[in-house]
Amino acid sequence: MGYLSDHEEKTLMRTANEIRQSIIESLIAAGSGHTAGPLGMTDVFTLLFFKVAKLDPKDPSWSERDRIVLSNGHICPLLYATMAHRGFFPKEELLTLRKFGSRLQGHPHRAALPGLETTSGPLGSGLSQAVGMAIADRMDNPFTPKYVYALMSDGELQEGNTWEALMLAGKEKLHNLIAIVDRNGIQIDGFTKDIMPLEPLAEKFAAFNWDVQEVDGHNFHALYDAIGKAQSVFGQPSIIIAHTIPSRGVDVFERDFRWHGNPPGKGPETSVPKDKQGEIALRKLRTLNDMIPVE
Amino acid sequence: MTPSPHLHEALLTEKPLMRATRDGFGEGLHDLGELNPQVVALCADLTESTRMQAFAEAYPHRFVQVGVAEQNLATVASGMAAMGKIPFIASYAMFSPGRNWEQIRTTIAYNDRPVKIIGAHAGISVGPDGATHQAIEDIALMRVMPNMVVVAPCDAIEARKATIALAAYDSPIYMRLGREKTPVVTNDTTPFSIGKGIELVTRDPAHTKKVGIIATGTATPEAVRAAHALNEQGIGASVLHLATIKPLDRDAVLAFAQSHGVLITVEEHQVYGGLGSAVAEYLATTHPTPISFLGVQDRFGQSGEPTELLEHYGINEKAIISSAAQLFSTPVVL
Repeated sequence: MGYLSDHEEKTLMRTANEIRQSIIESLIAAGSGHTAGPLGMTDVFTLLFFKVAKLDPKDPSWSERDRIVLSNGHICPLLYATMAHRGFFPKEELLTLRKFGSRLQGHPHRAALPGLETTSGPLGSGLSQAVGMAIADRMDNPFTPKYVYALMSDGELQEGNTWEALMLAGKEKLHNLIAIVDRNGIQIDGFTKDIMPLEPLAEKFAAFNWDVQEVDGHNFHALYDAIGKAQSVFGQPSIIIAHTIPSRGVDVFERDFRWHGNPPGKGPETSVPKDKQGEIALRKLRTLNDMIPVE
Repeated sequence: MTPSPHLHEALLTEKPLMRATRDGFGEGLHDLGELNPQVVALCADLTESTRMQAFAEAYPHRFVQVGVAEQNLATVASGMAAMGKIPFIASYAMFSPGRNWEQIRTTIAYNDRPVKIIGAHAGISVGPDGATHQAIEDIALMRVMPNMVVVAPCDAIEARKATIALAAYDSPIYMRLGREKTPVVTNDTTPFSIGKGIELVTRDPAHTKKVGIIATGTATPEAVRAAHALNEQGIGASVLHLATIKPLDRDAVLAFAQSHGVLITVEEHQVYGGLGSAVAEYLATTHPTPISFLGVQDRFGQSGEPTELLEHYGINEKAIISSAAQLFSTPVVL
């Protein structure tokens, strides 16, 4: 898969930080939407879209592209912002998020925006679509060079459909399928450990005949190595449990499950009053930008 | 009156040819294996009884066994369609679309993936398995969904033609099939195309009393036989068979309503939301017509032999004849 240089890492960090700012700006403009998940998974998305995946923003339906399937559609402010920064569509359009007539629907709708691989929102159905893509691609070419990346949340692992897909992928030995789980430990009603404990998660995936890795979801080198290893696994699907911090990048929002489904301006007032939330988030992210040295 | 050339030669005899619509599907799918290399099949542990077996044996590399997991069945198929395949998914109608409705809605219909959903063992004629396995709401469930086409062939010959047509029709489609052997209504030359109804019986114009019967699926053989009996008894009855419930063949329905003035709809389905509702919704705004709705009247099914159940719920030749007779003994009020 190649090598991730320190320079590339710095560039990715900077890009991720800019994507986080776009997420906050689009959420402020929308006045509704999810904050914690998008900010938490930004590093994973940035790495996939800017370094790992074969794709062409100018030809979104290029048949040889890798497929990136977002299962937990509610983190789409991140998907949209990443796509815009990658050149799929103009960044200005991000401010139309969730508005009438926008291509950026509140949950992603494939037919609305070229480059989206599927429509999602109702949880637990993305992995199985990725499984279907991987099976179909392998039918056409057992040595397919394409990968299907399924991006999922930990909360949605509570859906039965996910485990049906995990079973089938294990049975079918889908080496061309790589799932990445956002293990941020929260869901809309609280912490996953309180709502419905998932551990021992790695052991569960392994028991379903998957290759399992656990990684720091904010460490580009670690993520890059994990994806490289996943690509080299043969005869098994791979799953990477990416440990992330919900609302990563805006320290005053981090780790609080109440940021799951609220935009800046409507989040919990623990340390920041509502009317200052957007402004403070953007200021913090801009400050971070200046701290990333790029020659 | 002369029987339509579209009818099977044995239909009106003592011994009609008896075959299940699922058998026609199985043959059509097997044909498609050869005709279209993009066709793939997925099943949720009911390969033999949904008649996917022949395809699965002939084309094992194009068949996916997902196990007893209907939500996965629908969504995996959506993913395969995303890669250019034309997936046929089969289970019992009670489980697919019964159990995986939201997955079908989001990942197939709204997502506009041309997955062909085959609901076998639809209707109460499933028989002894009882109400848990008798899908009598599936037409309503699928008809209400944008982008979805709904097809219910009337016999094995039509089911075979329909299956081949499904693969060439670039849209999500639901097709319901029956378990039981039912009289073969059509013949090899009877035309079939998705979205088109066909008049299988045209009333004897000598009769002043007239009624139009609109039927779908395995209720159609009952309607055809009832119509012939009615014409012999002095009531001019015609049959419009709608193998496609959605999109509705509006021109055919309107012309049929205009030329008959009063209609009976008959289906092996709840009267709420099925064929009768589709016909009524359209006619209410174009040509208000009195309709007698034959089907299951807002009840669940139960165990029994198929013939007993169709008799009990009033979805057979006898029920259609008595419904028509009633129309002419009571004044019709609009």
